[in-house]
Amino acid sequence: MTALRQEPLAEEWARQRARRRSSVLARLRSKPVAAFLMCLPLLVLIVGLIIYPFFYSIYLAMLNKRETQVVWLDNFRFLFTMDTFWLVVRTSFLFTFTAVFFKALLGFILALVINTLPTRGQRVWRGVSLVPWVMPLALSTLGWWWIFEPTHSALNWILVELGFAPKSWLADPFWARFSIILVNVWYGTPFFMIMYLAGLKSIPLELFDSASIDGAGPFQQLRFITLPMLKNIIAITMLFSTIVTFANFDIVRVLTRGGPRNETHLFGTFSFRLGIESGDVPLGAAVALVMFPILAVSAFFILRGVRRSVV
Amino acid sequence: MIRSIKTRRQAVLVVCYGVIAVFMVFFLFPPYWMALTSFKTNQEIESLKGIPFLIQQGATLKHYQDLFTKTDFLIYLKNTAIITTLVTILSLVISVLAAYSLSRLGFIGAGILGTGVFLTYLVPDTLLFIPFFKIIGWLGLLNSKWSLLLVFPTAIVPFCTWILIGYFASIPRELDEAALVDGANHLQMLLRIFLPVAVPGLVAATMFAFTISWAGFLYPMAFIFSNEEQLLTVGTVTTLIKGDVYHWGGLMAGALLACLPPVLLYAFLMDYYISGLTSGSTKA
Repeated sequence: MTALRQEPLAEEWARQRARRRSSVLARLRSKPVAAFLMCLPLLVLIVGLIIYPFFYSIYLAMLNKRETQVVWLDNFRFLFTMDTFWLVVRTSFLFTFTAVFFKALLGFILALVINTLPTRGQRVWRGVSLVPWVMPLALSTLGWWWIFEPTHSALNWILVELGFAPKSWLADPFWARFSIILVNVWYGTPFFMIMYLAGLKSIPLELFDSASIDGAGPFQQLRFITLPMLKNIIAITMLFSTIVTFANFDIVRVLTRGGPRNETHLFGTFSFRLGIESGDVPLGAAVALVMFPILAVSAFFILRGVRRSVV
Repeated sequence: MIRSIKTRRQAVLVVCYGVIAVFMVFFLFPPYWMALTSFKTNQEIESLKGIPFLIQQGATLKHYQDLFTKTDFLIYLKNTAIITTLVTILSLVISVLAAYSLSRLGFIGAGILGTGVFLTYLVPDTLLFIPFFKIIGWLGLLNSKWSLLLVFPTAIVPFCTWILIGYFASIPRELDEAALVDGANHLQMLLRIFLPVAVPGLVAATMFAFTISWAGFLYPMAFIFSNEEQLLTVGTVTTLIKGDVYHWGGLMAGALLACLPPVLLYAFLMDYYISGLTSGSTKA
């Protein structure tokens, strides 16, 4: 800088450069410009990689198999006449509601139990409980796949030792559905426990104290304090889980690949089978889109619940 | 009276520990069984004699050796490590900038965009993988691991932005005013004031980005077909099981090793993870 000052021209340049720089800085200081620039990557991502693909998938779902012609709703009409499709709908609902119910129930029981322990133990058990949720789902499901193996593995060994007949877990339609639900409950219960435990911690202890002075027993406290106080978090967690469970792919893909005879296909795996493996992209897109209304309704209620809990 | 309260409290605790024990057996049996199998010899896995829940004929590391010398496991591991690192960095940069802007700059439409972030984070991968398949095809990225740099952040960025908004919102506004008076611009303020204060949030967001990316299964399954480009999850599930006789020992060794990085990360940084999880309310 000191060297530049000796020459008038260089000095002028330096001044100009400084002015230009300060105007850039000023612009970065102005809120709207900075705000826009900082949100730009996010906007590009949301518009380019979520909103656009969503509408593109609607368009794709209206093409014929070779993607040469627009056939409007023919793909959906075809799906609705397909027995397998209705089987997928039934399985998906059964899977989602059963799994979410048991995850919520077991998660709640575990959260209550952990919350009763001395504080030091709580941390340890909470941490260990999260293991199923931290393992990548496709890989832990691979472990389950081996557990379900009929001749050399653990489950049937236990059954036989207890005097029951061994089961072909993944080949029988009922037990195959049972198995995918079991793995999902194993995977998701820790998440429910964590959310409920955080909820339990947020209930002021005075409420329980004054209730027990008034003579309320543990079950009355559960019924009239804990459950009402946790209502919102229970609802939000279940709705979240509904979306994720409904859209699950990993478990079914690894355990049964939709079998036996398509009895365990969910929307995600069926869409993959049609769209990627059988090369009928439009039909696969149509199957995935059928999920959308259910996802949208859940999302609407989650948003309402989250807003309410913030306010 | 006092004694009866004490004994009742003890009885309650005994019941609690009993319930916890049942849950722990349920939760930890699969990883235990995987680990056990990975250390057993093939003869012992095939054998129908004895109790299968212990190693009785001597432990072996052969399955792990084979994994590194006879399979493409290391290729998958390298691919997953590269992709996860890049996706995590990319997602965090986008999320930090957006979260700062959304939590502090209060521009027109910030509320709508915030809601939009929340809604996009509810979009599951099974809804959009078919259009992505076509789009990645146009870009010539089918069967390339780089395609995942494009699609993995769609699941991660909205979530990380959402948690970070929460963390940034808890930073007192006096800090920004002081910095602005001192002549800082928004970028400097973000880097010098917000990030240091929001370290717990950043750690939680990083962990989420890492775990989601590491566990990604549907996208690599749909977009990648060759071994050279494949990721760890799909590679382990699809290529290690080929053949008529399942090599359970090798399969479990691979699955367990592939699980290790997220589990270790979590073991060391559990508290950040849980606070991020419960503050943002998340997916399961």
